[in-house]
Amino acid sequence: MPSPEPALFAAQALACARGGRLVFEELSFALAPGEALLLRGPNGCGKSSLLRMLAGLLRPAGGRLMWEGEAVAADLPAHHVRLHYVGHGNAIATTLTAEENLAFSTELLGGTGEHLAAALAAFDLEPLASSPGRFLSAGQRRRLALARLVAAPRKLWLLDEPGVGLDRASRARLEAAIGAHRAAGGICVLATHGDVAVSDPLVIDFHG
Amino acid sequence: MMRPLLAVLRRDLRLARRRAGETLLGVLFFVLALSLFPFGVGPAPDILARIGGGVIWVLALLSVLLSLDRLWQSDFEDGSLEQLALAAVPLELVVLAKCAAHWLSGGLLLVLVAPLLAVLMAMPAEAMLVLPLTLLLGTPTLTLVGSIGAALLLGARRGGALVALLVLPLYIPVLIFGVSAAEGALMGLGGTAQLLILGAMLLASAALAPFAAAAALRLALE
Repeated sequence: MPSPEPALFAAQALACARGGRLVFEELSFALAPGEALLLRGPNGCGKSSLLRMLAGLLRPAGGRLMWEGEAVAADLPAHHVRLHYVGHGNAIATTLTAEENLAFSTELLGGTGEHLAAALAAFDLEPLASSPGRFLSAGQRRRLALARLVAAPRKLWLLDEPGVGLDRASRARLEAAIGAHRAAGGICVLATHGDVAVSDPLVIDFHG
Repeated sequence: MMRPLLAVLRRDLRLARRRAGETLLGVLFFVLALSLFPFGVGPAPDILARIGGGVIWVLALLSVLLSLDRLWQSDFEDGSLEQLALAAVPLELVVLAKCAAHWLSGGLLLVLVAPLLAVLMAMPAEAMLVLPLTLLLGTPTLTLVGSIGAALLLGARRGGALVALLVLPLYIPVLIFGVSAAEGALMGLGGTAQLLILGAMLLASAALAPFAAAAALRLALE
């Protein structure tokens, strides 16, 4: 459905095939700055595939993605530098400390260290800053992966089940971060099983 | 442009230092396997000196092969590879930075212990200089070419053994010119031409391998 205001990020008739099987087709959406898109549905219905597609990691079997009216596929490197992708893997090296991990991810994404302290604070990671990755619990690793979002500001957040392993307080911190991101004109697309609350999102319901 | 690449280089060197056991595995294999030869072939200096260059080169090649799985495997498993693919620099350059770090913490160590091994193989004194020089030009090529094979077989079961099958044939030219440069120099025939060819192979692989490896990595991420 086309939205009345000009869309910043849009998908037109996307189709996804995995292993010769059509996972979904004719999927369209249009997101204006500040909007959020919520992907819901049972396991294996294509939520993660869609997120990888939006990140440019997976080529669509049909349809196309548009950013500010330009085809994303025409300039993938430019697309990569405007997005954050937090997948199932937390991308944490077990022998580096939490702070080293975060500093590396930030520099890799082209950020400077200026938001590092704020990012650690946003997910309550300061007490863990000098703990090696292997001593962090699953939830703490997730928080560290999410701290990247704040450490290197980018327009488009693609979050694949970001709430997995998070306690109630951490989920609230994540929701606050998403709220602040949207208030600043960012876009957030997230797949979730209902553990992360987002205020008035667009919703795509997948059927298995 | 340089910042993200230096970050990759710094991180991988730091990881190599913190996982010293894993990092030194290749060079320990190199030394230990070579020390078997005087036992197996017998301690006659003329035989050892004759086969020394070839044996050291073959073992260097196997040692690099042994260390290839630490290039991508852990990044692939923990999701870092996706972040590398979405970095602020092209994946091709990230590949180059990763290979540089891999060589600095692997191939370079082989170059540094090679003079010692030349002594162990009763090779003439010039070998202590010539052999490391050929390895210095040859081992980065091994890492670069190997990075393609390791990337292609990411996610495959028993990937390690398959990487060997895939990569070893590609190592043959490096082996031939590496050994012939060393032996030519030792026999007083001069090895400059072979060294130049080794250098050319290094430049060609540095220019081409990152594209091939990056394409294979993108495939692995799909």
